[in-house]
Amino acid sequence: MKEDLSKTIEGSFHIVGGDFIRAGEASTALKKQLIDLGIEEETIRKVSIATFEAEMNIIIYATAGIIRYTITPEEITIIAEDMGPGIEDIELAMQEGYSTAPDWVREMGWGAGMGLPNMKKNSDIFRIESVVGEGTTVEMVIRRKKDDHSRNSREA
Amino acid sequence: MTIAEIAERLNLTPVTGEEYLHREVSDGYVSDLLSDVMANAKKDCIWITLQTHENTVAVAVLKEIAAVVIVNGRKPSDVTIEKATEQKVPILLTSRTAFEIAGMLYQLLHAEEIQS
Repeated sequence: MKEDLSKTIEGSFHIVGGDFIRAGEASTALKKQLIDLGIEEETIRKVSIATFEAEMNIIIYATAGIIRYTITPEEITIIAEDMGPGIEDIELAMQEGYSTAPDWVREMGWGAGMGLPNMKKNSDIFRIESVVGEGTTVEMVIRRKKDDHSRNSREA
Repeated sequence: MTIAEIAERLNLTPVTGEEYLHREVSDGYVSDLLSDVMANAKKDCIWITLQTHENTVAVAVLKEIAAVVIVNGRKPSDVTIEKATEQKVPILLTSRTAFEIAGMLYQLLHAEEIQS
């Protein structure tokens, strides 16, 4: 499939807090769109991981949230904004292994304190803002590396 | 090696995705932490875990994991089976432990490395 990235592509997903059954649907839909656009595999991998973790954080901690994305020829931007409890100490929350998840969430294999670090690791730009009692906004920018093979050209 | 060959050698019982067992497996990964699998599991690997809930399917789909092996005789939930069928993710069951399955799978996939 030919790349059609002459225009900026935008979209969004509404995420409902506590909806574990639909977890991953937003990130999988975004991934499919990136594959269809012929985006290179490494960029898709990073966007998928970053978006999935953002999606899970809304499901685990917030009442509701929205994930917006913008795809340009240069980069992919993901903004995850939630109505939730907010984060008291962002520096602490960014530490690998630190989590405030309840036990039942940990038993599911989430809440290992890897979500925010995973998002940061896979982003070229990572910004987080939070107001306790109101919510959290995470902005992630993943720059494209076009010298990599696209999935479609590799499979061709 | 395909999932079907591995299933036969390790005596694994497929519960979903039986029509996709011809897929080639390149590696294995053992973890019950889903973010760890997100971060570190490779595409086309077999994921060995004791997690049985539906989010394992979402992780497997996003990471393009070849198959999920649930150990210790645990059974996937109905929602997990439904999601895995819908998303074409093979789930295989075993009464063995993660250690045993990982050891056996490593031998199958990397036999030469062990001998050298």
